Amino acid sequence: MALNAKIPVGPLKDKWQNYLAKTHIVNPANRKKLDIIVVGAGLSGGGAAASLAELGYNVKVFFFQDSARRSHSVAAQGGVNAAKNYKNDGDNVYRMFYDTIKGGDFRSREANVYRMAEVSVDLIDHMVAQGVPFAREYSGYLSNRSFGGVLVSRTFYARGQTGQQLLMATYQAMMKQVKAETLKQYKRHEILDIVIVDGKARGIIARDLDTGKIERHAAHAVVFGTGGFGKIFYLSTLAMNSNGSANWRAHKKGAYFANPSWTQIHPTALPQAGEHQSKLTLMSESLRNDGRIWVPKKKDETRAPGDIPEEDRDYYLERRYPAFGNLVPRDVASRAAKERMDAGHGVGSLKNAVYLDFKTAIEKLGVDTIKERYGNLFTMYEKITAINAYKEPMKISPAAHFSMGGLWVDYELQTTIPGLFAVGEANFADHGANRLGANSLLQASVDGNFILPNTISNYLSNEIRTGKISTDTPEFEEAEKSVKEQVEKLLAIKGTMPVDKIHRRLGKIMFKEVAMSRNEKGLKWAIEEIRKLRTEFWENIAVSGDQNGPNSELEKAGRLADYLEIAELMAVDALNRRESCGAHFREDFQTEDGEAKRDDKNFMYSSAWEWDNGENWKLHKEPLEFTEVKPTVRSYK
Amino acid sequence: MKLTLKIWRQENAKSKGKMVTYKMSDLSEDMSFLEMLDVLNQSLAIKGERVIEFDHDCREGICGQCSLVINGQAHGPESHYTTCQTHLRSFKDGDTLFVEPFRANSFPVIRDLKVDRSSMDKIIQAGGYISSFTGMAPEANAIPIHHDIAESAFDSAACIGCGACVATCKNSSAALFVSAKISHLAKLPQGKVEREERVQWMVNAHDNEGFGSCSNTGACAMVCPQEVQLIDITRMNYEYNRAVCHSKE
Ligand SMILES: Cc1cc2nc3c(=O)[nH]c(=O)nc-3n(C[C@H](O)[C@H](O)[C@H](O)COP(=O)(O)OP(=O)(O)OC[C@H]3O[C@@H](n4cnc5c(N)ncnc54)[C@H](O)[C@@H]3O)c2cc1C
Ligand code: SF4
Ligand code: FES
Repeated sequence: MALNAKIPVGPLKDKWQNYLAKTHIVNPANRKKLDIIVVGAGLSGGGAAASLAELGYNVKVFFFQDSARRSHSVAAQGGVNAAKNYKNDGDNVYRMFYDTIKGGDFRSREANVYRMAEVSVDLIDHMVAQGVPFAREYSGYLSNRSFGGVLVSRTFYARGQTGQQLLMATYQAMMKQVKAETLKQYKRHEILDIVIVDGKARGIIARDLDTGKIERHAAHAVVFGTGGFGKIFYLSTLAMNSNGSANWRAHKKGAYFANPSWTQIHPTALPQAGEHQSKLTLMSESLRNDGRIWVPKKKDETRAPGDIPEEDRDYYLERRYPAFGNLVPRDVASRAAKERMDAGHGVGSLKNAVYLDFKTAIEKLGVDTIKERYGNLFTMYEKITAINAYKEPMKISPAAHFSMGGLWVDYELQTTIPGLFAVGEANFADHGANRLGANSLLQASVDGNFILPNTISNYLSNEIRTGKISTDTPEFEEAEKSVKEQVEKLLAIKGTMPVDKIHRRLGKIMFKEVAMSRNEKGLKWAIEEIRKLRTEFWENIAVSGDQNGPNSELEKAGRLADYLEIAELMAVDALNRRESCGAHFREDFQTEDGEAKRDDKNFMYSSAWEWDNGENWKLHKEPLEFTEVKPTVRSYK
Repeated sequence: MKLTLKIWRQENAKSKGKMVTYKMSDLSEDMSFLEMLDVLNQSLAIKGERVIEFDHDCREGICGQCSLVINGQAHGPESHYTTCQTHLRSFKDGDTLFVEPFRANSFPVIRDLKVDRSSMDKIIQAGGYISSFTGMAPEANAIPIHHDIAESAFDSAACIGCGACVATCKNSSAALFVSAKISHLAKLPQGKVEREERVQWMVNAHDNEGFGSCSNTGACAMVCPQEVQLIDITRMNYEYNRAVCHSKE
């Protein structure tokens, strides 16, 4: 199938308005005849569920947590971007669009990115109206800060818990619709397959995680707001139960997966401290506004950080990138940290960290200001490490964080399966090869609240005569059967290898060869190792208990089974792209001073992979055309 | 280090539960409490025994999904920590720890340490929102909000809905949780419009869901991981009385 991105005609700045003017909408009286399934209750899925329910559609929302308030959007700390130009520092929609395109290393679709910047302005209004207590100046007006990769202050924030506050607003909007009975929630439900009838997405198969019951649910359209799959690395900043399963099952039923290998490795997470560690907690990038990153100049330095004088410190970001300094984009910061650690300058007992130091900022601004800006982050740091970061520098390290890749979607956020839409981190649309900080709370929220409700109607306007979709069909039967078979198969193995152990091993392979820096040999090795691990998984996995009730090992095993397949596609994708761009750094394609070497002649496209029954994947290319901007070498020097 | 764990095991809401003993060795102080349960579960899975069910997701103290009462204290021994932030350095080598679910009539046990906290969602459904639809909002800077009011609203809005306050309260009251939402919204100009209906609906829902009454003991605020303040309960009572006085009937 050829890819059609369905980009509306007209100049970039008019495309979205042109689209809105022409798109089909559904008569309010007909909306209650239409059922929509939303999977995910984070900012994207939750925003979509609430907004669609407000419009009068019948909406069912599914998520695996025990409350919609807990989706992983809750963990976002730093902030959300919008081109409000409240600071009079030269910001506008175009500049935000340009920063995002450049930050993504000219590997995203112009029209989508422009639209995101355009509607960013409405999102702040919306969230304030919902009661988000954003930070304020003493005048009572909204306050802003800067994030990596930009020179203006366009980030809105609520202390270090911006995601939580945006999600609370979204959750409350959902609860309002639950009360109005236009939204029904299915908590502790995991989606294990999607059902296609006559080429259209018509429902899902879900497992009730409390009772173990496998259920069928039908709808006129299905929306995935299922989040990112960075947990594939086992150690990541994602939640323990974040997964790629829903997307992967859709992929196997015909949804193309785009740029799967583009994973953002965040430069400021807490380093791994021991063998049993299950999670790498993020320290928000906003800390780089006031914190300075350094390592000792001497290899294998043994002095405590406070005893190392200025002349023996290497502020390597300020040294290498004088224009942006500590605020270079994440991919650049992570790679630079890796370079220093590989060269023997890492700190901490495992030599796997660098310092993030607030001494200068505290001297300049006082402890109170730092406390107000980042208080909860310092507390969180102390709770985990027992170290007071007002007194000594934090130790930080790169960690897997965000999936730029995801389900391929067109301008309407529709996947290659008609009737299946993907919003938020689950799609691949806006961030190119590297996401700018504070852009993804934005993307998830605007996809759900402002974009999808207006594009899905174009599809649903053709469904008003369809009538109720039945779950009593061979397609549902078949999908349910295959889900049940997989559950039974996992329980029957009764091996000796616990799920977490295999997941950890997969994570190690991925972090070594399919993360911050890649090369042909390593990627080929990774593919071999992933395949071996997959065989071992299916022969020797230890899943105890049964399927008739809660069984967390069974849940984890199902997710890992999918990760073991996604991992291979990630490596295949990275291998195919013989250039460096954004987070995708190929050691075999770099400049003399170690910066990424893009190849616009051969790789100016998004890779959209089609599942080919597990034999091979078929590559489809969506060419990227830049009409407004001229791709340049991304320099932060 | 070594620890003896006495863990509550219960098949489902209807069955009777009991404490089961597990001996753990080779633990390190840097491990989190939940990482210790991961290790225990791995050993059970290999032996073909049913693993211990417990709730968790973000493991960084913000989603509110983790629970557990450790040695009689909701979210473990450190005040204002969540269970997922609790590390073994908070215990002594050789300690015996009693691990139980959050107990309250309104939180039926699902299995082992997992409980059903839907009752908290129901309270929010009753009125814990601003009824503005997507698209209605005015320009964000149109209503200035004093810096200190925004910060104070944040303090209340920070509640993660974990339910530790309920598990700690001798009356199983969710007063701190309810009052946090009422205060968050009542402090902000956007939330003031619906303040009277909101407080009455939410307080009624709280009672209907079977939570107990608040007797102002304050144990809840001692454990609350987000340090929601007791003064919010006072604010809730004020809002409630104010609403009754202003009532149109
Ligand atoms: C620690 C951290 C900090 C961050 N900080 C920032 C920041 O400061 N600024 C910023 O812009 N971005 C930040 N991000 C990124 C941003 O938070 C996410 O990209 C965004 O919130 C994703 O929202 P979402 O709605 O797409 O997915 P999520 O919020 O992850 O929601 C996914 C939903 O899908 C459901 N789900 C998934 N799979 C299934 C399944 N199989 N069955 C049923 N339900 C399923 C889950 O239950 C959940 O409801 C951060 C991310 C992390 C991890
Ligand atoms: S008030 Fe505190 S203890 Fe109670 S639910 Fe909220 S965060 Fe948890
Ligand atoms: S697991 Fe999220 S708060 Fe503990």
